Amino acid sequence: MKLRYLGDHKNQIKLETPLYLSKVQAGFPSPADDYMDKRLDLTEKLIKHPAATFYCRVSGNSMEGVGIFDGDLLIVDRAVTPQNGNVVVAVVDGDMTCKLLDTINKNLLSANEKFPPIKIGEDVECLIEGVVIHSIRSHVCTG
Amino acid sequence: MVVLSNNDGFVVARSKEAKVLGIGDLQAFFKVEHLLRRHKVNIFSSNYPLYGDISSRVMSTLQNYSPNIEVYSIDEMFLMLDGMPVDYSQYGHEIKNCLWNHIRMPVGVGIAPSKTLAKMANRTAKKILRCQGVCVLDQAYKWEWVLRRVHVTAVWGVAKRMAARLADMNIHTAWDLATANPKMVRRKTNVLIEQTIEELNGRACLSLNEIPPAKKQIYCTRSFGNKAKTLQPVLEAAALYAARAAEKLRFQNHLALTIHVFIHTSPFQPNFHSVSDVVQLPYPTDDTRIITHAARNAAKKLYREGHAYLKAGVGLIDIIDKKDYQFDLFNSGQPERADKLMRIIDTINRTEGKGAVFLAAQGVNKPWYMRQQYTSPQYTTKWNDIPVVKA
Repeated sequence: MKLRYLGDHKNQIKLETPLYLSKVQAGFPSPADDYMDKRLDLTEKLIKHPAATFYCRVSGNSMEGVGIFDGDLLIVDRAVTPQNGNVVVAVVDGDMTCKLLDTINKNLLSANEKFPPIKIGEDVECLIEGVVIHSIRSHVCTG
Repeated sequence: MVVLSNNDGFVVARSKEAKVLGIGDLQAFFKVEHLLRRHKVNIFSSNYPLYGDISSRVMSTLQNYSPNIEVYSIDEMFLMLDGMPVDYSQYGHEIKNCLWNHIRMPVGVGIAPSKTLAKMANRTAKKILRCQGVCVLDQAYKWEWVLRRVHVTAVWGVAKRMAARLADMNIHTAWDLATANPKMVRRKTNVLIEQTIEELNGRACLSLNEIPPAKKQIYCTRSFGNKAKTLQPVLEAAALYAARAAEKLRFQNHLALTIHVFIHTSPFQPNFHSVSDVVQLPYPTDDTRIITHAARNAAKKLYREGHAYLKAGVGLIDIIDKKDYQFDLFNSGQPERADKLMRIIDTINRTEGKGAVFLAAQGVNKPWYMRQQYTSPQYTTKWNDIPVVKA
């Protein structure tokens, strides 16, 4: 049997045009492609301890003095240690309430003159549930 | 307080007070309802969105305490504490306090050299008040003290049946098992028990499963809220369960070859009627449409008029890893378009909420859907359900 040399396999493939040029079908590649960044994420910015953070809704006007109004959304972080002057969510006699923490006089204060301070300790059972790290209010009427 | 099963059928969890009332585990709800109401017991349907969210918060918090974690079930996790030069008891209390402070989740912590002993330590932490929720069994004399005091069924992996066989060998307490001759016990039972004996002696045989193994079968079965007396609800249920199973199948990147469909009436009623069928799919697939079609056809054939069906189920029983799938020369298999469509459906349902898009075959109103009359709010997963605080 005779063998005839046909040439290298590689030489058989002939590219008419460089591959990448023929792939561009339409339009111009976006000059921003190399600079794509993740869009800003509000939760990432506002919440440091996602596993320990909870949301709740405000009902009432005792905290208007610090800018917390009826219907506002509260972001509550349980991993933050409550300190004097913090806005906290506390359970007082079984009800969840939003107040200012006064550790010096052992009081839960309202930010509204019409509401007297609540003394913690002796006969009022009180448990701090977490620190309000942000409050969100909507400025359009959607609810 | 009691919590009911998926369809408000059984009591699946009881508080101490409910146990004192004599409410048994897995007791039929209708049998004890009057008793619960008379004593003003709080009754809750299962609230899986809430449980799931709390569970994932617990898991991610535990990640701060060990780099190696096994999520064993929705409420059980193993942490590897190897190479942590710490006071174990103090560490346990730290973990416990952190979960209470951050998530308000009370937990028991058991620390020991093997998983089986850790389970035993956890059980002890809950049973013995003095432990205050944390029990460390890090030395032989400590686990001996515990194992001598509990029945062998308290050991992880020893069921009642096995206990009966062990009793024949004069093994009654957990300590009897720990000190038994492993080779002899193995000859009369199985190899797993030999492992358990090693584990009870503080020699770890079971490693941490950090990546849960893919399920070999995927089932979706549920009871009807109202018994199905016509064909329509049976077909809709078959379609819904097929779709749920297909979703889980895609989630673990598998394809199904065979499905199992069953329907049955109540076993407590006369004329108990239970039928099932196994169907081959045209090609290995994870396409909801193909699986639904097969499940509906099977259900249609199984259905007999004149019965009130209590339960239906669809199982994907023969499944393979998508990457192991070999293309068939004579059968083109699942078209790429189907892959794309399923990906889009899954994306929409993930971002817009479960059931945002579905096949019309599942029905829209689903009057047959499971009963959940006493659900607690989904405090952490639904905006309308978030708690209200007074100000």
